[in-house]
Amino acid sequence: MSKVLIALVPGIIVYAWLFGGGILITLALATATALITEAMMLKLRKRPVQPFLSDYSAIITAWLLALAIPPLAPWWLIVVGTAFAIIIAKQLYGGLGYNPFNPAMIGYAVLLISFPVIMTKWPAALSLAQTQLSFMDQFHYIFSSTLPMNVSIDAVTSATPLDYLKTQLKLNQSMTTIQSAPIFGVLGSKGSEWIALAYLAGGVFLWQQRIITWHLPIAFLGSIAAISGVFWLIDSTQFANPLFHLFSGASILGAFFILTDPISGPTTPKGKLYFAAGAGLITYLVRIYGGYPDGVAFAVIFMNICVPLIDMYTQPRVFGHQK
Amino acid sequence: MLIALYIMLGLALLLGAVLGYAALKFKVEGDPLIARIDAILPQTQCGQCGYPGCKPYATAIANGEADINQCPPGGDEGVHALADLMGMEYKPLNAEHGETKPKAVAFIEEDLCIGCTLCIQACPVDAILGAAKHMHTIVASECTGCELCVAPCPVDCITMETIEETPDNWKWKYPTIPIKPVINL
Amino acid sequence: MNAPINIAGLLKKTKDVFRFHGGVHPPENKAQSTQLPIGKLPMPEKLVLPLRQHIGNIPKIKVAIGDHVLKGQLIAEAEGAVSAAIHAPTSGVISAIGEAIIPHPSGLPDHCITITTDGKESWAERYPQDWRNADITTLIGSLRLSGIVGLGGATFPTQIKLGSGKAAIHTLIINAAECEPYITCDDMLMREYHAEIVHGITIVQRLIGASNIIIGIEDNKPEAIKAMRAATTNTAIQVKMVPTLYPSGDARRLVHLVLGQEVPHDKRSTEVGIQVFNVATVLALYRYFEFGEPALSRVVSMTGNVKQPQNFEVLFGTPLVDLVKAAGGAKADTSNFIMGGPMMGFNLPSDNVPITKAANCIIAASPTLFEPPPPAMPCIRCARCADACPVNLQPQELYWFAKSDNFEKAHEYNLFDCIECGACSYVCPSDIPLVQYYRYAKSEIIALDKAKEAADIARERNEFRLARIEREKQERAAKHAARAQGAKSTEAPNESPAVTDKQAAIAAAIARAKAQKTSDEAAAPKNISNISDATKAEIAEIDARRAAAGLTEQVTNRQPNVDDKDKQAKIAAAIARAKAQKAEANASTVSKDVPAKQPVIDAEKQAKIDAAIERAKTLKSAAATPPTNDLNAKPVADLEKQAKIEAAIARAKAQKAAALKAKEDQSKE
Repeated sequence: MSKVLIALVPGIIVYAWLFGGGILITLALATATALITEAMMLKLRKRPVQPFLSDYSAIITAWLLALAIPPLAPWWLIVVGTAFAIIIAKQLYGGLGYNPFNPAMIGYAVLLISFPVIMTKWPAALSLAQTQLSFMDQFHYIFSSTLPMNVSIDAVTSATPLDYLKTQLKLNQSMTTIQSAPIFGVLGSKGSEWIALAYLAGGVFLWQQRIITWHLPIAFLGSIAAISGVFWLIDSTQFANPLFHLFSGASILGAFFILTDPISGPTTPKGKLYFAAGAGLITYLVRIYGGYPDGVAFAVIFMNICVPLIDMYTQPRVFGHQK
Repeated sequence: MLIALYIMLGLALLLGAVLGYAALKFKVEGDPLIARIDAILPQTQCGQCGYPGCKPYATAIANGEADINQCPPGGDEGVHALADLMGMEYKPLNAEHGETKPKAVAFIEEDLCIGCTLCIQACPVDAILGAAKHMHTIVASECTGCELCVAPCPVDCITMETIEETPDNWKWKYPTIPIKPVINL
Repeated sequence: MNAPINIAGLLKKTKDVFRFHGGVHPPENKAQSTQLPIGKLPMPEKLVLPLRQHIGNIPKIKVAIGDHVLKGQLIAEAEGAVSAAIHAPTSGVISAIGEAIIPHPSGLPDHCITITTDGKESWAERYPQDWRNADITTLIGSLRLSGIVGLGGATFPTQIKLGSGKAAIHTLIINAAECEPYITCDDMLMREYHAEIVHGITIVQRLIGASNIIIGIEDNKPEAIKAMRAATTNTAIQVKMVPTLYPSGDARRLVHLVLGQEVPHDKRSTEVGIQVFNVATVLALYRYFEFGEPALSRVVSMTGNVKQPQNFEVLFGTPLVDLVKAAGGAKADTSNFIMGGPMMGFNLPSDNVPITKAANCIIAASPTLFEPPPPAMPCIRCARCADACPVNLQPQELYWFAKSDNFEKAHEYNLFDCIECGACSYVCPSDIPLVQYYRYAKSEIIALDKAKEAADIARERNEFRLARIEREKQERAAKHAARAQGAKSTEAPNESPAVTDKQAAIAAAIARAKAQKTSDEAAAPKNISNISDATKAEIAEIDARRAAAGLTEQVTNRQPNVDDKDKQAKIAAAIARAKAQKAEANASTVSKDVPAKQPVIDAEKQAKIDAAIERAKTLKSAAATPPTNDLNAKPVADLEKQAKIEAAIARAKAQKAAALKAKEDQSKE
């Protein structure tokens, strides 16, 4: 599973480049928390620690969660989220291979529901922010929530495009006006669209390495593109175009790294298509009609529930059997 | 008010009719309970349960006269299966009825046999061949290992022999993950 | 996991090949053992021939210790439909018949015939057959004496494959894929015996009448392909190159590869007109029909961690040590020997096992050659096993079911379609020994089915027995009635129904009184013998009464239409009922009156047994002087039986009572 971590590296580099080194601190915190809680739980459950820690599954959970939450969130947020993901969502269900839900997404959902304000306060890309925080500033902010003198919190944060789109549409702004806001980029949101492209590169690497199959990412992205395309064609003044949806939020990260968690996902090829298409649909619906800016986490968790059913009904034809 | 009542009444009638129809249409022709219990029992016919055979025990269970944990040859799995079928809590085997033993077949020491036919009378599955004053022998493939023939023998020539493992009846074992691979030369 | 890409490329070259799902491509390791031609072994001192070398019944031994046997002489004869004969691979003396270690995954010993060789190789009479003209049925029938079985490893008796012609066979496929790593025996056979193999194919073609003949060879054996192509020019036989992808040598996979047709899972390929034979089997058939040589030897690849890997023609029964020696001996770090390939083979229990008909390859293993598997990690449902499964099963699901003993579900997910090829275990990133789980689940299911079958037979036999006892009872009753009838017609005057009624009433009263008495007396479980005594007395009394006079038997009952037989039966039933009541009453008294300290069940049983023996004895002696007008000998047995049945009933009742008592004791406490 070390290859999954390698595949995330380009995305992290672009992330740190565009949003500052704070994400590295969050990643480090998440990794440490994951390893410590995993080791602790394994000890308590009287399981060998070393083989389970060296398979990197805990670190993947930690990284995915760290990449999903706002990078300048206070230090305890990522610690609580990661600990919850590892202890409750993974180890209490029996550890590696037994968790019915994607632990990172459970951690994310718990944080989002418990701390909605912090979880939706995203820093603006460095190029957009009025004030640019240095790495040390970010370090201080994460650990003590204090900003340098004369910098206000609003100066470093901004709404995410998905959020902005939703609120502005409610204010009856036209799509063109909304999309001309500085936070919108060529594809999705300015800045994070490049991170998404880096994730895409990592995902292609995973596919090439045969760590993942094409089914989940293609079906997920295809489903988002298809449904957003339909809405967009119906009324392009009210609904953003498919490209925007593909490169906003956690679409790409979700498609290649979150949905592809094998443990909580379906195993049959056809099941993977259904699973990912369903997740894409729910993601879009949450984005448009839900109360939260992005819906990947909820979509994945919801589809996780359906996995046994999906697997049962999508058994492939066995050699020498009639379907 | 009245309309609501009518609606409710109408609904009740409709649903009742649907349920009634479904009950007739999808009636499950299940095996009678006794046969299903009997199918779980090992058919050793040993009488250790306190009944003269498996069928009587099955009948007693079905009538609620006997408990489900009185059959040692059926073992723990048998009790589990019965508990499942009867919708009862699992309980460990009642030690009063004996313990589960490895499967065995009776063997007649043919030199000692006096040909009394007592064991033939006792055998619940007619697995013993022989005639009065002639040596008897056991058809091992039909023997259920009930041990009912052991006690009546006046000369104690019948012993129970545990069935040994041969390449023929050998089973693959549940995989155990070796802590340290054993190397044998 | 790079295999699919490889295949796509190869498919372009061999377009008439149809891919199957999955498959893996482990390192081939075949070059080592193809450097030298097929070698011969020096004559071993002794040959150990297991009787179980094939699928089916154990053959019947036809020799005794001390017998001198000739090469090719039948020493064990096929028994039953599915079985194969065994012949002496060389001349010598039968030195032992008994248990010896055999090559089997269990490592358990089994029946073997040991021949001490004399080195003379003197042949028994051989009977070559005119296979071009002889009657086909006779030819196939004679195969029962050949001892030839499928030499690809399945060891299914060949005469059955040739004989079970339900459907006309249109296609004959010669399996020369040899897909498992390390194994090269078929490759070497084709290189050296291609002409003979083609002859063999012609024989099989004549026997089964196939028009379409295809030899399927994996493309990693170019020399064999060349040799076979050369040998089959000007014949109707096609040589098809199939891509190197394990397990293409599995019969169903090979059929699909060369024909694009899936053999239904519940049918043999024969049933759809396709027959598959291994090359080595075909060669053995040629030798049998052309020269009259039965199955005496086979080619075995001796490879792996030995000094000089090579293929050898080995007589069946040759100890493995001799073969290892011929290959230059095992290297120092050899840990064990594997029979078969590394994917499907199993560890041999010792290096002293004999080579059998199934042994196509022996691999000397060492920790460097086969790294011991790391401890298994949990399944992460990555489904790589499902991608690799050639049967398109869902190994990850089967693993869950097998692991949790959920056999029913495993069965439902087609566990029995699994060919145990090991492709899933090979690709598993968690190093789970998947095939071991499937083998475990399969053998458990088979054992459970067997137990179920045995239980069904036991139930049937028990029911039959009960029915028989009932019938005998009725017959006895009928006989008594008939006898009574005879008596009546000679001496008995008619009696009025009123008298009969009275009589019956009296009898019932007596019975009741007796019941009362015994139940009063019953205080300890010992009384069980009392019941029987009473019962005995009662039987005697009733019999006596019945016999003493057709007078009494003059029962023209309340129902005038009913004949005597019925009456008799009813009486018997009434008696039985009365007895049952009595016993029950007795039992309840026992359970009530017995203090907690009373003898335990074992002692009770002992007492019962003693009582039974005594009873039997007394009855026997009683039988010597038959009661009243029972003149023939039979009633003795009948009486005895009756007593026995009653004893059994009483015992059962007593047990029930004991159980009741125990329960009450418990509740008291």
